[in-house]
Formats: sequence, C-alpha cells, structure tokens
Amino acid sequence: MARSRLSFSPDDRVNAFLTTCPEPEYGTGSLEGLAIAIKDNISTKGIPTTAGSRILEGYVPPYDAHVVSLLMANGAAIVGKTNMDEFGMGTTTENSAYGPTLNPHDTGRVPGGSSGGSAAAVASGMVRMALGSDTGGSIRCPAAFCGIVGLKPTYGRVSRYGLIAYANSLEQIGPMARTVMETSRLMQVIAGYDPRDSTSVDQPYCHTPEKNIQGRRIGVPEEFFGAGVDPVVAAKVWEAIEVLERKGADIVTCRMPAMAYALAAYYVTCVSEASSNLARFDGVRYGPAVDTKKPWHEAFQERRGTSFGKEVRRRIMLGTFALSSGYYGKYYAKAQSARQQVKSDFLRLFKEVDVIAGPTMPTIAFRLGEKADPLSMYLSDILTVPANLAGVPAISVPCGAVDGMPVGLQVMGRPFEDEVVIDTAYAYEQAVD
Amino acid sequence: MENLSAGTIPDSRSEQIPGQISSARGNPPISETDETIIGLEVHCQLDTVTKLFCACSTDYRSDGPNTHTCPVCLGLPGALPKINKRAVEYALRVAKALNCEVLPESVFSRKNYFYPDLDKAFQISQYDKPLAVGGHLIIEGENGEKLVRITRVHMEEDPGRLVHKGGVDRARYSLVDYNRAGIPLIEIVTEPDMRSPKEARRFLNKLRTTLEYLSVFDSDKEGSLRVDANISLQPEGWFDREKKSYKGRNRVEVKNISSYKGVEKALTFEITRQRNVIRKGQPIEQATRHFVETRGITTASRSKEEEHDYRYFPEPDLCPLRVSSWVDLIELPELPDARRARFIRQYGCSSNHARTLTGDLKLADFYEKVALKADPLLSATWVADTLIGELNYRDMGIGAVTPAHMTDLINLVESKTITDKNAIDVLRTILDGILKKEPAGTPSQIVARLDLGASESDVAPAAISEVIREQPQAIADYKSGKKGAFMFLIGQVMKKTRGKADPAELNRMLQAALDEGEQ
Ligand SMILES: [Zn+2]
Repeated sequence: MARSRLSFSPDDRVNAFLTTCPEPEYGTGSLEGLAIAIKDNISTKGIPTTAGSRILEGYVPPYDAHVVSLLMANGAAIVGKTNMDEFGMGTTTENSAYGPTLNPHDTGRVPGGSSGGSAAAVASGMVRMALGSDTGGSIRCPAAFCGIVGLKPTYGRVSRYGLIAYANSLEQIGPMARTVMETSRLMQVIAGYDPRDSTSVDQPYCHTPEKNIQGRRIGVPEEFFGAGVDPVVAAKVWEAIEVLERKGADIVTCRMPAMAYALAAYYVTCVSEASSNLARFDGVRYGPAVDTKKPWHEAFQERRGTSFGKEVRRRIMLGTFALSSGYYGKYYAKAQSARQQVKSDFLRLFKEVDVIAGPTMPTIAFRLGEKADPLSMYLSDILTVPANLAGVPAISVPCGAVDGMPVGLQVMGRPFEDEVVIDTAYAYEQAVD
Repeated sequence: MENLSAGTIPDSRSEQIPGQISSARGNPPISETDETIIGLEVHCQLDTVTKLFCACSTDYRSDGPNTHTCPVCLGLPGALPKINKRAVEYALRVAKALNCEVLPESVFSRKNYFYPDLDKAFQISQYDKPLAVGGHLIIEGENGEKLVRITRVHMEEDPGRLVHKGGVDRARYSLVDYNRAGIPLIEIVTEPDMRSPKEARRFLNKLRTTLEYLSVFDSDKEGSLRVDANISLQPEGWFDREKKSYKGRNRVEVKNISSYKGVEKALTFEITRQRNVIRKGQPIEQATRHFVETRGITTASRSKEEEHDYRYFPEPDLCPLRVSSWVDLIELPELPDARRARFIRQYGCSSNHARTLTGDLKLADFYEKVALKADPLLSATWVADTLIGELNYRDMGIGAVTPAHMTDLINLVESKTITDKNAIDVLRTILDGILKKEPAGTPSQIVARLDLGASESDVAPAAISEVIREQPQAIADYKSGKKGAFMFLIGQVMKKTRGKADPAELNRMLQAALDEGEQ
C-alpha cells in the first residue's frame, strides 16, 4: 500500500503536545491523511510514550496499541503524543511531569484532565481529532472545559491493549473531536473486538449519527444538580435539556441514590489498581538507569520516591493501604459492593429511561493552581465517575458558555448503546447549530 | 503457605498478617512416639507449547536469555494477558485426576510483591477462588496404601529467573532472564497427611507419574518441579485428634526444594534439627527455612524477607474462569493405579513388578511393547528387574533402549538359544555400546558375533572330562572335602564352554562326573 507523508508543525502555545511527529506517514482509508493526536499513555511503536511521567522518560514502546494499529490501517496520520496528568491521575493536566497544558479559551485556566493535551490540541485547531482515555472522566472533563466533544465508550467496546493501565476495570480509550459527527467517525475506527484484550466485547460500532429523538426518554437525576454544582452551570445544562425536550424527548426527573458512594467507590478502586499497575516501575527496565552501586531494593525505593510525582505517590500509598491485609474488606471489598449499587441504580433507571443527562462537570474550567488541595479536585469528578463504575457509555457535548468558558452536557446510556448516546448529543448539537 | 479453602472471604485474611506467630503452642518434651506431620505445596510447570498469557514458546532452555519474550510476558506497560486455553485444559485434567471438585467459577488474582525477576511486580495467581478443591491421591504409605488429601489446585504464572555469573556469591551483578516468565504453573497443596519424609517422596513420585500419564508434565525438564514442605513433630495422636486446631508444636515451612530426592533429604534434616531444638527444651518457632540442596541442610531465612503482605485482589484484566461444562468433556487417560491393576490382570505380572512398571509412563509403555511380542511374564522380570538395574547402574533412562532389542533378547532366552547369564552379557554389551555411541547391533547379531549361543549337548561332557584330566590337585582337594574346589572346577568348565552352557546343568553334570569317579 502506498503511503504518503503529512507535514505537521503546530504552533503549540498551550503545551498540548509532549512529542510531535513532523512528517508522519499515512495510508488510505476512512481517515486518510487526517492528523490525529494520541494521548501519551497509549503505546505507539517507535514514538516515546511517557504517560506524563518522569519514570517513563525515554521509554519507546516496541509495539502499537490496538487502537493505534486501527488508526493507521484506516489512513490516519499520527502527528504526536499529548500531555496528560501523570498516568491519568488528575482532573487538570497540571500533574504532568512536563508542565501543565493551558486552556485554549483562557490560558490562565486548566484544560481539564487527564486528557487535557488531547482536548487542547483539538480545541486550538492543531488537530481535528484525538484519542483520550477515560478512567473517571478523563475524556469528558477536558472535553467540557475546552468546548469539544468527547466519548467514553461502553467498557469493553474499545480494546485497551497498549493503554498504560491506571485503573484497568474502569478505563476506556475514546474519541475526542470538535463535532459529534467526527467523534462518531473516529469511534467507528477504534471500536471492535480485540482477542488480546480479555475484557473486549465483540460489538463493532457502525453508525451514522441520527438527530431525530422523538419520544426518547431522558432521565435527569436530582443528584446531578446537587450541592457543589455551580448554579450557573446547572442552569446552562437545564437549558440544553429543554432544547432536547423541544426536539421531542420526554424529560423524566429521577433519583440515583448510590451517587452518594460513587466517589469513594471510585477512588478506592482506582488507587488500589494503580498501586499494583505502577509497581513495575522500579528503575530496572524503564527510565534512566538507577545507581547500580546501591543494593537493588534501595535503588528502586529511591527511584520511586523521586521519579513519581506527588499525586502519583499519594495514590500509590492510598492504594497499597486499601489492599493491605486487615483493610481489604473495609476498603477494596466495600468499594466493589458500592460499585455494584451504582451499577444497579443505572440498570434500574434504564428500565424507565433511554439515556441519563446532566452536567459533565460541576463548574467551568478551574484557574491554574486553583485545585491545589487534592480533595477538592477529587470532588470535581463526582458527575463523571458513575459512568466508569457502571461501565456505561457517556459523552460530553458543548452546551454554551459561562463567563466565556465552555460548559458540557453529559449524556449516559445503556451498556453497548453508545449509538443512542451519540444520537442524543447529535440531536442537541444540530438543534443549536 | 496460603492455606485457603474455597469460599474463604478475602475480608478475613488473617493468614496474611506478616510475622504472626501463635503463642498458644505447647512445648511438650520429645518422645520416641512423636509423629512427623508433613504437608506439601508442589509447583509443576505445565508442558504447554506456549506460555500462560501470551504466544511465546515455552521451549526456552537451550536458548539465549530473553529470547522467548514479548510485551505481555515482559510486563510492558499496556500489554494485557490472554489466558491459554490449553493450559486451563491441562490444569483441569490434573484437578480431575486428583479427584478434586472443580469450582464453577475461579478467579485470577494479583499477588503483589517486588522482586526483579517479577517483571510486573505482581504474579497472576489464584487466591480465594482456586480452580479446584478437595481431592486426594493414593500413595504407598509406610503401612500400606494411604490416602493423601489435596486441599486445592490452582494455576499461576512462573516468574523470570535471576542469573549470577560465576555464582551468587561472586557475581557483581544480577542478570535477569524473562524466558521463564509466564510459563504456566500448577500449584497443588496437600493436607498435612504425610507421616515421614519417605511418604512425602512417594507422594511426589506418584504425583509426577500421574501428571506424566496425563501428558501435561515433563519431569525431565530442569526446574519443572518445585516443592515447599510444611513439617512439624507432634506428640502421638495430638494432630489427628484435634485436627487443625491442635495445640501442638509450631510447624516450619521449608522452601526451595527442587528435586524428588531433595524433599526426602530436606525433611530428614529438618526432623533431626527440630528434635535437637526440642531436646534442648527450646520452642520451635513458626518460620520459613530454605533448603540448600548442595549441602543437604535447611537454613533460617532472614524473617523480614518472608513477611510479605501480598495484597491480593482480583486481576481486572482477566475474566473469571467458568469451566463447569468443559470439565465434563475432559476425558482422562488410564491412570497409574488402573494400569497397574490391568498389568496384573492382563499379563499376570506380580504386584511388585506391576508397581515398578507402571510407576513411570515411559517404562510402562516400553513394557507393553515388549510384552506384546515376547512372553509377558519373562518380559516383566527382564524389564522390571534386569533392565532397570543395568540402566540405573549406568545412569541411563529407559529411552536409551528400544523395545525391539528387548523383545529380541527375551525371545532368545525363552527359546533357550542363550543362557540367562549370556543374555545379561548381551544386554550389557548393548548398553555399553549406547554409552560409547558405538551401537553394538541387535541381540541376535551380538550372539552370533560373540558366539554366545547355548552349548550343543556334547560340549559340556567333553569340557568336564578335560578339566578332570587337567586338574588332579583340585580333584584331590574336592575329595578331601574342600568346598572351594568344586567352585574352582565349575569355573574351569565354564571357561571351556565359554559360558554357553547352562550353569545349573553344568553343576549337575560335574557333580555326577565327580561322584562317578569316586565309585
Ligand atoms: Zn510472551
């Protein structure tokens, strides 16, 4: 197959890229010659992949993630790797070892995270599409803050093979683009069965967005408009929901009581899995060589103590504690049962409604440095983590602005009904366009 | 040892609390009637073509370091495990052959610990939901047949290997070889049902034989078996009466045993050591010790190293194994006990011969090939006694000889073409030829070449007459009652007949000749 080359030299004023590929090759296919940016926790053969961490500095994967192979097979040009919170641990992209990414709408604000680089690259027009990954909102949050579209697919719909794991049971790779149509187009390429991922499900996505939502039942849980949600943001999102109602949807207010446990269940689960996933970075195989004059266990403790960022060390310690004997039942096991309750809440609601809608984020993008207190940052994930706990598809679509900053409408759907979620977002987007 | 039964809730994982030593153990004085209580934890490599979670070849032993690796078994960031169906099938065969209950759902868990040979810093193993529980294996115990209960059978991946050039004491660096990483292992945990090191060894032998019959294990491969053993000395009856909650002496776990002989050695050493400690009135500390194979002793581990909290949790990258419908489809081959019974029934083998012959799959197959074309009873004696003896003497395996040679040889004996004694010489000639890589030919060819055929009827009388004529002194000695003289004369006759004559027949004939001369 003849391959051509693209020229890519973006004026990256927002530090969206960690690595750029000035002359990437591309082939033929549905994404022919399209510049696509890849979040830096997705393995790219021959292109450095650091996951925003010092500990992976210099690591060049010898293999492509499944989604990367699919993009290339469909003609896309991989133009670079985007900045992110270290290993995905953050909501602002400030936790990158390589400096924060700035929000293209206001460079005094964060782009959201952890896929902040991908969102900023799309929002600033450097690329039309990007891949992100979403563990607890990491696609949807930056999509909302940067005013683009981002989809977290149903768990199992997109292969995780090659995605540097943060919390395996929660995360999915997903498409980010300026429009729902483009998001859907990218989803069509990356979704599908991969035998190398045991959690992969054979549910290809072959769909063109459809804007007719006559009779669609949209559930709006009270909890999505509860304490902590900025009333101005809430009002914007309500306006969007009313647009959908005018287009023929039935709006049903409902309740999701398990939301009360969602954040705790999410954080216990993700830090536990992360503490195990990140244990392999001991200075033996990745990053600059450790001091070999020291005994191995001293050298690796030193490496882990200095090369991981503060937030990563905090979550590793929390996760190690949560899995420790004597505490496992109190934390990890309990989190799993809370997770089941969140799942049951969704399944119960989905008997009455087709999709659930609400704000993506409780506020507009934070100012740089505003979320210095980790707990307040964790709290801002409250509206995005339920979809990850339940494994259901969720999209964020821009729905206007507050103080000149974008607001995102979140739509969640039944497992493997990513199409319905896309259609609902498309109906809104087309109605206000 | 993770002594867990099915359905244990991970919530109450007291087994994992590091350094926990029960203080309630008694310390009664040593007695001759004390019982030795032994339980084993056996790790065997399943003999699959590819690794447990990737497509890398398992045939790494003769290749350079890190040549049988890929992103998955190197634990590269982003790589995901994919279960090898064949490995599960092998494990199910084992579970079934050990009479276990296969659980409808078993779960892979991560066992987290730092060690350079463990590339992901966790081992994918099974914890609170193992593949199978509650089986047994019948062994030849000290007092007849004995049932050893199997607590659980689970699957896990082998870690890589550290290599120290010039030996662990001299090497300046540890090198890591991940060729072994991801080889499928099966872990078999027994109840503490063995009462002597010999029983422990017999259990292992029986287990090995069973696994080989199942075609899931190759004991010839270096490092394919590793054993940890629990051992304690308890006052007679205490253990059986009070079962697991007994207040006896603490047990010691001996790790790092990698051979069948090693198990017996390590446990024998440990009994002596524990006896001496008890004799001095000191308590046995619940501890882990390492077996040093080269010195035949166990040494104390620095206790801190062993105080792991493995922080087990379900492996999120693998789905639970649901094998209920599959288990029923798995058909087991004839197992050692059944084959032994059949050898007795079908070939008329003695119980001892049948046990020896079926105690090794290759030997049993070899015997059956011979027995189909030669007299089965004669074959049993020749294979189980003579051949095994000669092979062991030369440190050779059964694979060295062909059944055809043995059939030929036994048929020559049965037709009295050669004597037993010459047949042994022929066998030795064949084996020595194999060792020297100078094939000696078939038994028939050797008999012809060395002229070892049995004597014609006139050879012996002629030789006897000659010897009587040539050895007047010996004849005189014999007549004066010296016992050695007869043996000397027989030797002289055999020299002349070049071993072709049947010794028993010669004996009779010489005796007759001498008696005749007296009259
Ligand atoms: Zn491999």
